[in-house]
Amino acid sequence: MKKVCSILAFMAFGMLAFAGIEVGDFAPDFKLKNIDGKMVSLSDYKDVKGVVVIFTCNHCPYAVLYEDRIVALNSKLKGLGFPVVAINSNDASKYPDDNFEGMVKRAKDKGFNFPYLHDESQAIAKAYGATRTPHAFLLTRGNSGKFSVAYIGAIDNDTENTNPDKTKYIENAVTAINSGKKPDPASTKAIGCTIKWKQ
Amino acid sequence: MPKWILGMVLWFGFGQALLAQNVEILTFEQLQVRIANQKQEVVLYNFWATWCKPCVEEMPAFEKLALDYREKGVAVVFVSIDFKSKHAKVVEFVGQKQLKSEVVLLNAPDYNAWIDKVSTEWSGAIPATLVVKRTGKVSKFHEGSFTYEELVNFIKPLLK
Repeated sequence: MKKVCSILAFMAFGMLAFAGIEVGDFAPDFKLKNIDGKMVSLSDYKDVKGVVVIFTCNHCPYAVLYEDRIVALNSKLKGLGFPVVAINSNDASKYPDDNFEGMVKRAKDKGFNFPYLHDESQAIAKAYGATRTPHAFLLTRGNSGKFSVAYIGAIDNDTENTNPDKTKYIENAVTAINSGKKPDPASTKAIGCTIKWKQ
Repeated sequence: MPKWILGMVLWFGFGQALLAQNVEILTFEQLQVRIANQKQEVVLYNFWATWCKPCVEEMPAFEKLALDYREKGVAVVFVSIDFKSKHAKVVEFVGQKQLKSEVVLLNAPDYNAWIDKVSTEWSGAIPATLVVKRTGKVSKFHEGSFTYEELVNFIKPLLK
């Protein structure tokens, strides 16, 4: 009976799953303009174990709360083979703070030590199934050079950054991968701003 | 202006301020109990935050719906997910906007522990709305904004 229940639950979950990639899928490549004007692709990353792709933006207070933590995350994880790549997909016509100039300024002000890419067409957010900011996708690089999704969700479970005992989902996932295990949990949810889609 | 008019105005103003909601702080479990025991037939639980522009923009539509459909047993509860440390800001906001529907503050910072319990369809982006019909415990969920017309169409199937 328990087995039947879990199968039914699994089927129900499958039907609810929306467009975008899931854990275990190959990650779509991208070619987007960085704040320095140069184009950056996922396939440029050859000498890594993986990449932490984080959809974020300038205006969302929850994204802002994570800025310093993302800088620290990149400092820590780059050395472990998992550099951070941030992507802003918001429609800047409704949220002017989120335009390219705003990205350049924010990266400078906060000392971003990672690429901050502009997904102006929003195609990459859609391909990944990103819905909110911040929304993280931890990818691992396979021998073929293709990237697979190992974890989707929040950076940690303490948006306000007041809990010293927070669970650091991304760091834990990288630790798991680096010791040959699968991230657990492999996906999490968090409150965030909606990605501001073009209408 | 005669002093007594000024007095009336002040008294009325303070009266209004006293009538403003105090915004109860709930844990997720307490919110679940509220939903399980809701008195009105159809309640819209709208997840929002003071900093969320599309949330604030859609509030008048919810207030209008609560007023227009009150006699059909419809009510709105605005569930703020602002941090507990911002409680005073939420109270001030509710007073400024003169919100008539009940506003509560959900103090549940470990989001992943409860978002799926509201709806597995919810990614966590706000605004998001859960509608619960008391009879039969039927519920519907929507992630994203609503216009007034969209709201009416969304709840209509639950009103029979």
